[in-house]
Amino acid sequence: MNDIEVENITMRFGAFTAVNDVSFRVGHGETFGLLGPNGAGKSTLIRILTTLLVPTAGSARVGGFDVVHSANSVRKSIGVIPQAMTSDLDLSAEENMLIFARLYGVPGERRRRSVRDLLEAVQLSEWADKPVRTFSGGMRRRLEIARGLVHEPKIFFLDEPTTGLDPVSRVAVWEMLEGLKKERDLSILVTTHYLDEADKLCNRVAIVDHGRLVALDSPMKLKASIPGNNILEVSFSALPEGWLETLKQLPEAQNVAASDHVFRIVSNNGPRTTVGLFEAARRAGVTVASLSVQSTTLDDVFMHYTGRQLRDTTQDNAVHDMSYLYQQR
Amino acid sequence: MQRILAIIERDLRKFQRSPALIFTTLVFPLVQLVILGYAFGGNIRNLKLGVVDQDHGYEAIKLREMFGAVEATARAFVTIPYDDLGSAMTDLRNGRLSAVVNIPPDFTRDILAQKDPQIGLMVDNTDNFVANTLESAFTDIVSDFYKNGVSVRVEPTLQLETVEVYPYTPYIQFLLPGAIALSIFITAMIGGGIIFIDDKARGLHEGYLVTPITKAELILGFNLAGAFKGVLAGLVLTVFGSLIAGIADPLDPWRLCKMLMLIAPASFAFISMMFLMMVRTNDPLVPRAMFGVLNTLLFFPSGAIYPINAFPTWRSCSLKSILSPTPSTVSRPCF
Repeated sequence: MNDIEVENITMRFGAFTAVNDVSFRVGHGETFGLLGPNGAGKSTLIRILTTLLVPTAGSARVGGFDVVHSANSVRKSIGVIPQAMTSDLDLSAEENMLIFARLYGVPGERRRRSVRDLLEAVQLSEWADKPVRTFSGGMRRRLEIARGLVHEPKIFFLDEPTTGLDPVSRVAVWEMLEGLKKERDLSILVTTHYLDEADKLCNRVAIVDHGRLVALDSPMKLKASIPGNNILEVSFSALPEGWLETLKQLPEAQNVAASDHVFRIVSNNGPRTTVGLFEAARRAGVTVASLSVQSTTLDDVFMHYTGRQLRDTTQDNAVHDMSYLYQQR
Repeated sequence: MQRILAIIERDLRKFQRSPALIFTTLVFPLVQLVILGYAFGGNIRNLKLGVVDQDHGYEAIKLREMFGAVEATARAFVTIPYDDLGSAMTDLRNGRLSAVVNIPPDFTRDILAQKDPQIGLMVDNTDNFVANTLESAFTDIVSDFYKNGVSVRVEPTLQLETVEVYPYTPYIQFLLPGAIALSIFITAMIGGGIIFIDDKARGLHEGYLVTPITKAELILGFNLAGAFKGVLAGLVLTVFGSLIAGIADPLDPWRLCKMLMLIAPASFAFISMMFLMMVRTNDPLVPRAMFGVLNTLLFFPSGAIYPINAFPTWRSCSLKSILSPTPSTVSRPCF
């Protein structure tokens, strides 16, 4: 049983294609991540699935309902945390939640109980009657997660839930999400451009680039799918002629790329390549200025499939215009 | 209905928690009522009038005594005697005087000889209000003096008797309906314009639209909440504005009910107009930039401050075509 089914979804804004023929399925109880740089089309995709946008082509079903033809049923069955912090700053945490509970049509008695339980679950009970204006970014995000669950949905959409949060708050949000997922039997679709977030939270990850889905699998399988088990990042005090070619000849080296005097060597066997590297440096009279040896990360996966590193990538095709709000839905 | 009520509750809670917003929507129009009411409606007083008496005869003294009587009672002007016309005119041109009265030599003799005696009034006509006030005061003085044969410029040969149909209405009372409409407009502009766009830009509407609420319910909720705030502002202005303007029995329940019947649709019309203008706007600067322009376009030509008959013909026609269906012009005569 799939909670989310996306079939050949395409979304165009004029001549620009934000999402291009994307298909995937999210099973019940799964945490599915859409990983990609800013502007890759992740938020557009989530807006289609949460009924804010009508796709140009293709179809999608969420909770068994078509996102275009049964939009209201979709909305009742999902919880959504938009990318922007959308809590009302002038209202208290409890008031924010109660108003959303009423928007979802939660009956009176259940409304109060649900709000109380959720505020406790996100550790904001003590702050229930405080204005949201006084909250930190992490507290506001926790409140919004609680708010998205106030009508007890089974499918939860989170659009970059930890963007702008400090590392401690990010970890707190991850732990909270994992706890709520187990407790409430949720299926989660999360978009992120943080590799560690996708690695930590997601059962499966889809890598999105320029509106296209370029790879989809579990983080472990994605990492295993690319050549090399280790990445060596090394810099030298001085570079002799033809040094790049020398590095390519190192034992077990799969690929070598240079960027800003730092060489990135993909290796099938990190220790053997490292030994060979020092030997070659000694022979050529080159001093190794710095060296780090890492296991393969999702950044390496992203680089393998897209040709560049995620942390260096920004795509300027994000939908900044909010006019769609009152046009398409 | 539950969802519409949730939006209304949210808006009213926000309003209740914003003292600055309450002050702006409720107190500012009252301040404007007082300032405009007295600025345009009060009598101009203590204008400096230079008097050059080159005659010093009996009739000239009698005329100066009449100036003194006006100075002591209506206080329209304060007289300053000058020995020569040249220095008085210099002071007039330098802005130290508002007008100069010249009583020429042989003024008394001309009256006694019935030789068409005249006095001169030189006014600083860069300020029309001041010039008109002084001319009006001197027309009255000369009219009284006329029995003795003196004329200034035009001899009043035809008497006009004006009959006022209604009791005299002070300008501040004339302005009160405009101030009430203005308070509703400010509420609509802030609630339906600025806050609406700010909420949209901050993503709040996106948060609402992923819930089962429909666009119609959302807009209706915003509209009703805005109209409620407009009614509140209008009623506060009605009561306190009536007290300030000196309207008798401002708390008369029947009158308040009738006012409510006018204020409620006016509020709904204003807020609806604002949402129609803002629904496709995304830039938070737009409503702020439009505030002053809209205020000028809707409030000033509505007839609330001054009759629009003074406008040039082409502007009057275009304003009528633009403004005839707006809440300002429709609500103004109702009030």
